[in-house]
Amino acid sequence: MSGSGRKAAIVGVAESDLGRTPDKTVLQLQAQAARAALDDAGLGFGDVDALFCAGNWAWSPNLMLAEYLGLQPKYTDSTNIGGSSFEAHIGHAIAGIEAGLFEVALITYGSTQRSDRSRGSVPPTYNLTQQYEGPFGLPNPVGSYALAAMRHMSEYGTTNEQLAEVAVATRKWATLNPKAMMRDPLTLDDVLNSRWVAEPLHLLDCCLVTDGGGAVVVASAARAAHTPKSPVWILGHGEAHTHNTITNMPNLAVHGAAVASGKAAFEMAGLTPSEIDIAEIYDSFTITVIMTLEALGYCGRGEGGAFVAGQRTAPGGAFPMNTNGGGLSYCHPGMYGIFLLIEATRQLRGECGERQVQNAKLALAHGTGGVLSSAATVILGKD
Amino acid sequence: MPAQIPQPTIDSDSREYWDGLAQGELRIQHCTACSHYVFYPRSICPHCFASEITWVKAAGRGKIYSYTVVWQAFGRFAEDVPYVVAIVELDEGVRMMSRIVGTPPEAVKIGAAVQVTFEHFDEGVTLPYFQLTE
Repeated sequence: MSGSGRKAAIVGVAESDLGRTPDKTVLQLQAQAARAALDDAGLGFGDVDALFCAGNWAWSPNLMLAEYLGLQPKYTDSTNIGGSSFEAHIGHAIAGIEAGLFEVALITYGSTQRSDRSRGSVPPTYNLTQQYEGPFGLPNPVGSYALAAMRHMSEYGTTNEQLAEVAVATRKWATLNPKAMMRDPLTLDDVLNSRWVAEPLHLLDCCLVTDGGGAVVVASAARAAHTPKSPVWILGHGEAHTHNTITNMPNLAVHGAAVASGKAAFEMAGLTPSEIDIAEIYDSFTITVIMTLEALGYCGRGEGGAFVAGQRTAPGGAFPMNTNGGGLSYCHPGMYGIFLLIEATRQLRGECGERQVQNAKLALAHGTGGVLSSAATVILGKD
Repeated sequence: MPAQIPQPTIDSDSREYWDGLAQGELRIQHCTACSHYVFYPRSICPHCFASEITWVKAAGRGKIYSYTVVWQAFGRFAEDVPYVVAIVELDEGVRMMSRIVGTPPEAVKIGAAVQVTFEHFDEGVTLPYFQLTE
């Protein structure tokens, strides 16, 4: 294998309880996921020398979580660029491992946003750069994605039916995943007849609002050689951000951050999009997927809608994507990126039961954060 | 008493902007180093990184760059649904978020010409909304 080769690997992955976890705190969810991921890796908390997390449960999430877990890491990274943070953490972890700064990195996330009902409130004031958007009442993040979708439709003729194809295909994968929250079959008409949230996005174009957590363990090649399961090598990584507020997105019809992160990741890996067997693509909204597929080079600009038509990304389709049921149907606890890595790893290991994609050797996990603001792409491969 | 419209926390970047709105003027910035217009207000030009930023009065005309019709809203905004939030591209070349008012949502189109209108709220804040000009 080329690119970053076999210098660092994902050696353990796990979720915490998902869905509704009213009796659990974000710290408990992360302790649960971290313990399970370390078990999966054949390692213990005492092996961890670097901690990566992103969250908003404390002014310094890393300090609170490390103390709670009893960790005193010699390297720490709380990069928070939204849902793509964990794909960024992977890149930062391989850089640190290659530099010899640490050997075993624990990446965690947890959220109780559903039980907290923390979505959907309006703050009484807006400060700094938020004051130029907040008073107009755009519900975020959905309203910002709606603005991008409307522009994409206007420039390229993308249709609501094409957006719905993503939701329906993703639900088909969820029906094969016992951990998915929404497992009832879904039709295109179900999506198109669901109520508007912010035009042109219907309710079923939007991800779930769930609780949940996850953890990923990254180890140096030397440590990965002694873990019980086959290492999943990190072959490529790229990250970028282009804006914070949707008004300042350079082009609302082009996911510019993903263009940059995808290009960097494929270059590092020495691979092209067509060589990837499985794609786990951040699906906060159906439009996110379509714009990301274009940005990564799976199709031309404006061709994302046609690309996903005909249930191409569903089980049995030509392009297996979001094989756990995605943020649209499996879980979405505020920031979803860590679950992309968990599913890509399990698919490459062949642990996915009914939803297993056969003979998958290369996987892509792509996170998108904020309001199409940030992106980080990770390319994974097995021996 | 209905919930209040969220208030901006006015700072030394934004005071000129909010003062202008209260007086019925849409003020944006202009970089004298690279001649780009700049919005939102700030202390550095995001195009050339110069700090020579001056204030100018915008003409208040532009086009709808994108929009959404909001059907699910929270707090004070819930009573307004459905309403149109848009990104307007001003003739000066900068984009700003706003509402499109005075027309049914289905009449709103990307590319439509719009003109600023100033909406004064009881709480003392004035927001720049836009109306279709046809």
